[in-house]
Amino acid sequence: MPVEAIKLSLEELKEKAKVIRRHIINMTTAAGSGHPSSSLSAVEVVTSLYFAGHLRLDPKNPDAADRDRFILSKGHAVPVLYAAMAERGYFSTDELLTLRKLGSPLEGHPNMKRLPGIEASTGSLGQGLSLGIGQALGLRMDSLDSQVYVMIGDGEMGEGQVWEAFATADKYKLGNLTAIIDQNGYQQTGATKDVLDYGDFAEKVATFGWHTQTINGNNMEEVLKALEVASQQKDKPSLIVSRTQKGFGILPVMEEAGDMNFHGKPLSKELAEKALALLT
Amino acid sequence: MEIGKISGLEMGQATRDAFGEALKSLGSDYPNVVTVDGDVGNSTRTEPFAKAFPDRSFNVGIAESNMVSVAGGLASTGKIAVVSSFACFLLNNAFDQIRMSVAFPGLNVKLVGSHSGISIGEDGPSQMGIEDVALACSLPGVAVIVPCDAESTKKATKAMLDVEGPTYLRLGRANAPVIYPDGCDFEIGKSIEIKSGNDVTIISNGLMVGIAMDAAKLLEDAGVNARVIDMHTVTPIDVDAIVKAAKETGRIVVAEEHLAAGGLGAAVSQVVVQEHPVPMEFVNVGAQYAESGDPQGLLDKYGLTPQAIVDAANRAVGR
Repeated sequence: MPVEAIKLSLEELKEKAKVIRRHIINMTTAAGSGHPSSSLSAVEVVTSLYFAGHLRLDPKNPDAADRDRFILSKGHAVPVLYAAMAERGYFSTDELLTLRKLGSPLEGHPNMKRLPGIEASTGSLGQGLSLGIGQALGLRMDSLDSQVYVMIGDGEMGEGQVWEAFATADKYKLGNLTAIIDQNGYQQTGATKDVLDYGDFAEKVATFGWHTQTINGNNMEEVLKALEVASQQKDKPSLIVSRTQKGFGILPVMEEAGDMNFHGKPLSKELAEKALALLT
Repeated sequence: MEIGKISGLEMGQATRDAFGEALKSLGSDYPNVVTVDGDVGNSTRTEPFAKAFPDRSFNVGIAESNMVSVAGGLASTGKIAVVSSFACFLLNNAFDQIRMSVAFPGLNVKLVGSHSGISIGEDGPSQMGIEDVALACSLPGVAVIVPCDAESTKKATKAMLDVEGPTYLRLGRANAPVIYPDGCDFEIGKSIEIKSGNDVTIISNGLMVGIAMDAAKLLEDAGVNARVIDMHTVTPIDVDAIVKAAKETGRIVVAEEHLAAGGLGAAVSQVVVQEHPVPMEFVNVGAQYAESGDPQGLLDKYGLTPQAIVDAANRAVGR
């Protein structure tokens, strides 16, 4: 089987996003730990990459040389990636409930050595974009038209290495590289603007020679359009600043819990029930 | 420098120069080899390769963190990514990138650190890689190679390209004496006995091998027959050769151009303690940073001399 993309309709994509959100709640609550709110903000983008005609893959041959690649640099949000991979057929959805358990390849952060289909081992923030640059260079050397997508967190933008990478991608005019900043506005101890405020990401990264767009990243139509525009940039790397809400899809539950950041903790069984009820 | 003078060795190339020549000459036979540099390719000697194969070399600027992760990305597309800088800037500056983008995923990245040790001289301690072996050895699955002369460096360069997985090649700036005028059989993880002897064993690598040979000559003149082993691979360490030396010579001196902590001495000690405890002595930079100065003057001042090894051997023999 050659690599191929799956292209669902808008309605199907919205339904798939709900399914992925339910997986995220179920797997992190079952694990008793993890980062559901950081995963939920990224659902529209990840769902679109895997199911809206972008990532050309073969789950039965996860190492196919001509596949497209998605690197989740904000590795703590890996439940969204596992959920999408399971829905795409890399492994059964039952296996999602082994998240973070001893013996499971679905580790707390992505481990490419243990789970085929994971394109980079991440979890120490700041390295994914550089890894993506290396992959984009290597694929271009091999005359493959494969695309590389890297998702970075807005808190992660505090890492200096990310800015080294923006400059490097410009130097090599990597038209096969798309970065997405999942700007959900929060990091571990509070609002990103309070912890370390870089201002307007798109404006700054544009000065590095990148094509940039800023969108509402929890709006499926906007995500689809932005990914399409990004894929048309053949002579320069492309950035999508995806403004999202941490915990999008279950915001009333987070409100009830009195924590709109809800960083690095699972929902209790009771809250998970309420969250799942919002996702039917 | 006077290394090798006492034992009558010819002075040869610096290991970084031999690496640069080897990499360039292997370039055609290894089309998957690429280089990633942090703007010091003319110092690390990847420059000849970069000039010969411009489409396979990437200078990403003075940004070692990004440089190492870019190499990891290239390796994950099937390239053999040779990433180099000064040993201290590579290992110390980009250590977490080496951990996360290279060692943990086990990618086929070849780390190359030049300017190791204090023999780089006048540029001073901020440029001296003297913690690099400890850092590299702490990483699971990374082979750590410290060649002593041009011939073995050329062999080591080919060997690291042939082996799948991460490696660290430690190189020096100073000219090194010719240890292998007639060539050598180089195999990662297999040390080379370059002088036989049964009274004491001197285990060393890198520039210290020539100094160990000088020490062996001085010892021989005093009636002590020293075995000299070129332990060019620190990880995986050659357990058999160490145990054999411990059993047959009963005492071991380890000499290296590195801090005391975490280097060759530590690696050899672990084997000796576990397999066949014998008296050991150590010659190294200790627990201090050096200073600017001429290379020979630095080696003398910081105790990396034939006499220091002789004294250590005599202490071991006397125990």
